[in-house]
Amino acid sequence: MQIDLRTVSIKQQRNTFDHLARRFGDKPASRYQEGSYDIQATENLHYRPTWDPDQLIYDASITKIVMADWYALKDPRQYFYNNYTLARARQQETAEANFSFVESRGLADMLPEDLKRIALETLVPLRHAAWGANMNNSFISGYGYAAIFTQACMFHAMDNLGIAQYLSRLGLLLGDQEALTEGKSAWLDDEAWQPMRRYIEDCLVVRDPFELFVAQNVALDGLLYPLVYERIVDGYLSAQGASAVAMLCQFMNDWFDETRKWVDAVMKVAAAESEHNRAILQEWTEKWSARAAAAMLPVVRKALGADAEEVVGEEVAAFKARLKKIGVEI
Amino acid sequence: MDMQVAKKKLSLKEKYKLLTRDLGWDTTYHTKDEVFPYVQYEGIKIHDWDKWEDPFRLTMDSYWKYQAEKERKFYAIIDAHAQNNGHLNITDARYLSALKIFLQAISPGEYAAGKGFARMGREFPGVGTQVACQMQSIDEIRHAQTQIHALSNYNKFYNGFHAFADARDRMWYCTLPRSFFDDALSSGPFEFMIAIGFSFEYVLTNLLFVPFMSGAAYNGDMATVTFGFSAQSDEARHMTLGLECIKFMLEQDPANLPIVQGWIDKWFWRGFRLLGVVGTMMDYMLPKRVMSWREAWNIYGVENGGALFRDLARYGIRPPKGWDDAEKGIDHMSHQFMLALYQYNFGTAFHSWIPSEDEMEWLSKKYPDTFDKYYRPRWAHLSKLKAAGTPFANMGLAKLCQTCQIPTVFTEPDDPTSLCQRETEYKGEKYHFCSDGCQHIFENEPEKYIQAWLPMQQLFQAPINGDLGAWMNWVSLIPGRDNGDFDGSEDERNFAAWRQQATSNQ
Repeated sequence: MQIDLRTVSIKQQRNTFDHLARRFGDKPASRYQEGSYDIQATENLHYRPTWDPDQLIYDASITKIVMADWYALKDPRQYFYNNYTLARARQQETAEANFSFVESRGLADMLPEDLKRIALETLVPLRHAAWGANMNNSFISGYGYAAIFTQACMFHAMDNLGIAQYLSRLGLLLGDQEALTEGKSAWLDDEAWQPMRRYIEDCLVVRDPFELFVAQNVALDGLLYPLVYERIVDGYLSAQGASAVAMLCQFMNDWFDETRKWVDAVMKVAAAESEHNRAILQEWTEKWSARAAAAMLPVVRKALGADAEEVVGEEVAAFKARLKKIGVEI
Repeated sequence: MDMQVAKKKLSLKEKYKLLTRDLGWDTTYHTKDEVFPYVQYEGIKIHDWDKWEDPFRLTMDSYWKYQAEKERKFYAIIDAHAQNNGHLNITDARYLSALKIFLQAISPGEYAAGKGFARMGREFPGVGTQVACQMQSIDEIRHAQTQIHALSNYNKFYNGFHAFADARDRMWYCTLPRSFFDDALSSGPFEFMIAIGFSFEYVLTNLLFVPFMSGAAYNGDMATVTFGFSAQSDEARHMTLGLECIKFMLEQDPANLPIVQGWIDKWFWRGFRLLGVVGTMMDYMLPKRVMSWREAWNIYGVENGGALFRDLARYGIRPPKGWDDAEKGIDHMSHQFMLALYQYNFGTAFHSWIPSEDEMEWLSKKYPDTFDKYYRPRWAHLSKLKAAGTPFANMGLAKLCQTCQIPTVFTEPDDPTSLCQRETEYKGEKYHFCSDGCQHIFENEPEKYIQAWLPMQQLFQAPINGDLGAWMNWVSLIPGRDNGDFDGSEDERNFAAWRQQATSNQ
């Protein structure tokens, strides 16, 4: 049975704001639309930046990618601040429960030493890589064009920071502060980590926001997350009996599954815009993913030894297949 | 069973350090200058980024958790507000003008600030500073969005809200906040922090945020006041960041002092001019007044600001250069502003009006030295013209200040009977200013301010070519609905009719 309360009904004068009616027709807009479309200033910009007078303060031409309308790069998750924050708040509850489960039952101490060592050696230095990813996404958000794209990059940056913090806590839980100290010196000096650190540092000097998006979010993360969290953590460590580590990494796994939908959507729309874009995206993806694969290899070798080459090869193939689906062939 | 060795418990501070600044490293494949290219050119010297004190210690998991709680509450309330025609609970539809100005002028600024902080979150070479800026960046996105969402329901029923995104880029009075935020975004990272983090968030937030949100509470606007409560703790974080930032710059090197002082002078004056709008809202637009602009200034400017600058005196900082001129202007500015808005109200996407007799009584009580002497006679004159069926509209084009972009309507600090006009010649062109403060700002950076987009000049260029109708079309202003006197407006009629419908059986 349905009961309907009555409210005083008065006649609405209009459905939505003008800029949304122009885009979507005269109908009620969603909160995602209201909060994201056309909220960055576009016309009559007053002053050129003193930090680089060749640019405008909001400048679509600082990337080689050309879009007739940058607001075409919408987020299939339709994240604006509210639903983004709510989603992450739920995920952090799960992560918290996982951490306290592992901690309260002393599961960290029950891990076989060799597996614990592998977990620490492969995961802890990645907190620095995640911090690099954070800076890169903060850059893309700061210098990219159109709120619909750049807000998602800011959310991504905060996620990268969250991941860096979960990895740090994982290190503390499995190996105390020494684990972080050792992880950092491996990041700085261990030969196996240098290609990765170099990759991140090279990204830090890229100032084309879309190229940086490709280098960080498409190429590097597109290989790093499947290799580390699916192949090493879930595939190898869990199978050997270190499923506690997988519990501590659930956030990263879920996060990658979710965010790649957004990354793919951005790439797909940008590539479909023009042959010019497609060619550039191909060039960038090819260049950066080859380097990312090379940077991952010595890291994967730490866990998988002689199988590393094959596993990386498989994931590179899977990555290429993923890109092909979104219109970028490498 | 083996004895477990108890793990050393980390203090919160130590733990936070490991979870943030320990994430960073000194790059070796590229130099610091390549990675952080913008931190040198302003001349600020930082010797040790590790000396940065984290103004608040918030890891991402707690950030998500706290913010999500606030978000749930906020949207539950604005949903209920929309469902129950909460807009009919406001004191009077005149109040809506304050909201229209807020949405057109302030919310886009929130977004711009978020953009700026995303840049700072990348450009500063210290993890502590970067993380604080990034959190402020995402908070500012939140504020822009929650404001738009809180006001979206008003747009469905009232005029003047519908074209806020067009107004932001084209409307003559929106150029005041736009030029303020564009100025900050085109500045270097340290100046940006003084402009937004310190001057705007720390010195001036109380003068913007508190009156606005209290105004909403006093006038029955549940949606906006809910935004205010929800943003309060974010604002507190932003203020702490602004203060930490200025102290950090001053403690790092004595040579930073004159640069920082120059920015404080500049951004105080720019902010003060921007806040003129808030003063006008407080004195004229809120049907139920919270306090006068003068009273707000005494509390938040003189008392709080005074204490702040006494505290900063140990670093050698003195109060901003324009402080005395500001004090002299306080008893005049809201009246001068409202008179200007009224006479140009054919070109505003909000309504203005002649204050009622009651309201003039209130104004004369709050401004005993100025209102009756200088401003009541002008309102009386405007009333007479209106009663005679010939309401005054100033069809001349206002002369805009090249710096703050407000029409030059303010008077000399020491003579309220003569308009303050300043000019400077630069490279053979003449530039006009509303005050010494704005002239000084121009003269310190003329190459920047000659670029300003001036909406009055735009009127005579394509696509408008001096045609008022074409201009209204270009700014998406619907004449007869969005603009003009409140008296007789559609908003006035509709609000009265709907309220009648909701509160009686007629």
